Amino acid sequence: MINVLFFARLREQLSTDRLQVEASENLTAEHIRQQLASKDDLWAKIMAADSLLVAVNQEVTDWSQQIKDGDEVAFFPPVTGG
Amino acid sequence: MIKVQLDDFVVADEYQSLANDNQDGAVVTFVGKVRDFNEGLDVQGLSLEHYPGMTEKVLADIEAKAREHWPLNKVTIIHRFGDLKLGEQIVFIGVTSPHRKAAFAACEFLIDFLKTKAPFWKKEVTSDGSIWLDAKNSDDDASQQWHDELNK
Repeated sequence: MINVLFFARLREQLSTDRLQVEASENLTAEHIRQQLASKDDLWAKIMAADSLLVAVNQEVTDWSQQIKDGDEVAFFPPVTGG
Repeated sequence: MIKVQLDDFVVADEYQSLANDNQDGAVVTFVGKVRDFNEGLDVQGLSLEHYPGMTEKVLADIEAKAREHWPLNKVTIIHRFGDLKLGEQIVFIGVTSPHRKAAFAACEFLIDFLKTKAPFWKKEVTSDGSIWLDAKNSDDDASQQWHDELNK
């Protein structure tokens, strides 16, 4: 399984901070994004945001990043700390 | 030293632990606080969320980058999370170096990079309700300028 996490505005809008998706061959971050977007209109809208960032195993990466079983994939908006 | 914590910090204590090495001629510190305005709204406080695990990794990475570019001795980065009231301290950056210019530059670099790379998110509590802050282009620009400057 792949652990998927959501933070900040996404976590609130989606009313969830984590879920799991099945691992499969040649899976990328973009595939997971599309899979989540197909859940319903709300998910589709949030997953389509241009500003959406993805981190795989706690490192920000691009959408073509390969995902393997056991990975942690996090979706979040641009950061605003400091 | 990197700390991500709920609790407040005491600048005098942090200064003491930074400033006790006589090979350093310079100590530069920065403190970020919760201010009372943002884009015309009255801010009453902040709620800060972060990504435990990734936050510490990114901060360690930013410190390592600073050390590649400047001769630094000690580096302290403290960032709080949770609910913060108006005027409370959010972040502490402290660096020491034999040289003043390196200490100033590294301190500014660290806060600029932290703002655009470390996974923290601020939610402002205002008289109109709570609002997640949007990232500022000016912060990205500051980070990009360092990138350009250091890769000349």
